[in-house]
Amino acid sequence: MLSDALKETLRGKIAQGEHPREHAVDVMLEIQKRCGYMSDEAMEEAATLLGMSPLELEELATFYDHIYREPVGKYVIRVCDSAVCWMHGHLSVVDHLTSLLGIGMGETTPDGLFTVLPVCCLGYCDRAPAMMINQRIFGQLTPEKIDRVIRRLREEASFDEAE
Amino acid sequence: MTRVKLVETPQVLFRNRRPNRIATLEEYRQSGGYEALVKVVGRWSPAEICRCIDESGLKGRGGAGFPASKKWMSVPADGAYPRYIAANADEMEPGTFKDRMLIHVDPHAVIEGMILAGYTISASKGYIFVRPSYESSAAILEQELENARRAGYLGENILGTDFSFDIVVHRSGGRYICGEATALLNALMGKRPNPIKPPPFPTVKGLWDRPTVVNNVETLANVPPILRNGPQWYRNLAETEGSAGTKLYCVSGRVNNPGCFELPMGTRFSEILERYAGGMAPGYAFKAFLPGGASTCFLTKAHYHVAMDFDAVAAAGSRLGTGAVIVFDDRTCLVAAVLNLTEFFARESCGWCTPCREGLPYLRDLLWRIEHGEGKEAFIPMLRSMCKHLWNAYCALAPGAATPVEGLLKHFEDEVREHIIQKRCPFKV
Ligand SMILES: Cc1cc2nc3c(=O)[nH]c(=O)nc-3n(C[C@H](O)[C@H](O)[C@H](O)COP(=O)(O)O)c2cc1C
Ligand code: SF4
Repeated sequence: MLSDALKETLRGKIAQGEHPREHAVDVMLEIQKRCGYMSDEAMEEAATLLGMSPLELEELATFYDHIYREPVGKYVIRVCDSAVCWMHGHLSVVDHLTSLLGIGMGETTPDGLFTVLPVCCLGYCDRAPAMMINQRIFGQLTPEKIDRVIRRLREEASFDEAE
Repeated sequence: MTRVKLVETPQVLFRNRRPNRIATLEEYRQSGGYEALVKVVGRWSPAEICRCIDESGLKGRGGAGFPASKKWMSVPADGAYPRYIAANADEMEPGTFKDRMLIHVDPHAVIEGMILAGYTISASKGYIFVRPSYESSAAILEQELENARRAGYLGENILGTDFSFDIVVHRSGGRYICGEATALLNALMGKRPNPIKPPPFPTVKGLWDRPTVVNNVETLANVPPILRNGPQWYRNLAETEGSAGTKLYCVSGRVNNPGCFELPMGTRFSEILERYAGGMAPGYAFKAFLPGGASTCFLTKAHYHVAMDFDAVAAAGSRLGTGAVIVFDDRTCLVAAVLNLTEFFARESCGWCTPCREGLPYLRDLLWRIEHGEGKEAFIPMLRSMCKHLWNAYCALAPGAATPVEGLLKHFEDEVREHIIQKRCPFKV
């Protein structure tokens, strides 16, 4: 169930345009920010807000790689595997990350913190190899840098929990 | 690592480039920003603007090189209202990062360009379509749009005239195909972003069946300086006869100093590589390059001095595309590289039409087998004929995907065959 406060935010977004459904992706991204992913229930409620049928919204949800229809970690790590990062050793980034986190590509750590996914060219070819965590970019990756980033995120997560 | 000094040729789009920060509205204004808007809005007719842009020779920077003025003029005079401008900042072509650079250097250049395009076609609303990995660009644009609004350049009655135009940022949910102009329109409308084959063209029936101009953000950013300084000034910026302006070249791959450089249109590849990108990385020799992103044909040592403009690159058998130069070295296997590119395209196919949906995994499979020592001589003609079929697909994604494969066979057939004969990748030790 989407909270009333969230629904109010979403209604505000939708009201900004002439055509409610032009905000479909924005609405789903906003829901994901709060709830992590688009559950069946969230799909139905979002569709109602947008004046679409759940099936019409599903057509979009399943198209975009940034919309999740199943739970993902608090941090979604996307490792670029396109030509330039490939040339700069993206495979060693994948190997390092997956062994560090103890999961395979497409999996989520048991503590629910991290999901690792492959992604197409991020547009940071000048800083290859690169990855994106949620909406932040990390370039010129080395094993040490990856270790540092993951350590920092773990600290941030435990801080969030203490809050 | 050798760090090359900043570029000494005329800087137009990057004139306000500073390390790690964007130019403010005030800095943009001090360097001539919004002068074109003041000069033109309420004074020039759309026909006068189109003539000026036409004489400047400005060609689209999104990949196809279509003349900007021709696109604008194809909006019918009696076309319905409201009309729209869509600025394409999807930039998912592997190797391309110029639009991000541009937005992070001088966002108002894009904003002013859009307002001018909007004035020319009598549009009332503009959308900037931004990919998810460019959230920082989206945030910059939203903030600067607000600054432009406050300064009276955007919104109701711009500069006190009866022209009203506003711009919003539209965040994408990902996928390369959304950058294709007609798929982008579907995405903006909240429909599944499959392409829509023209005719009718978007300038006749675009967003909600209204005339819509889709331009790349670099194309739009060129408009204000052209209107301010005149078409002849713009043509003189180019290095080569017959081309015009400057170009944002992004250089990546096996080079010392990857980056985005604003250089005269038609600067030679050799100069871009050696002088600006710092040459090949230590211990590597030059082998080949893709001149305009993943969907262009390889060029080789034979084209080392090619002038990087639309005509010269086409004459060499490739395309300037987005101006994204990916440099490959002698130790990188091009079969493996093309396998990687084909995987990208296969994954990003929207799945709408059969040649692309079925053909790309087929190409990928053949390339995978060759790279992994399971290739047969018969695969070479099979690759060739499948590439031909891809040209029958519904949109330009599939022909774009076929192009590097065709380039591999055109220039490096021996390298492919060596994999087949040795039953392994000769680059793997
Ligand atoms: C598969 C595909 C992806 C594309 N992606 C982009 C893109 O990300 N950005 C862009 O400006 N043009 C892209 N284009 C080109 C657009 O269709 C269109 O030609 C361009 O945005 C028009 O702008 P211009 O005339 O200013 O170049 C793509 C084309 C295809 C076929
Ligand atoms: S060529 Fe590919 S991307 Fe284009 S419409 Fe066909 S399936 Fe979709």
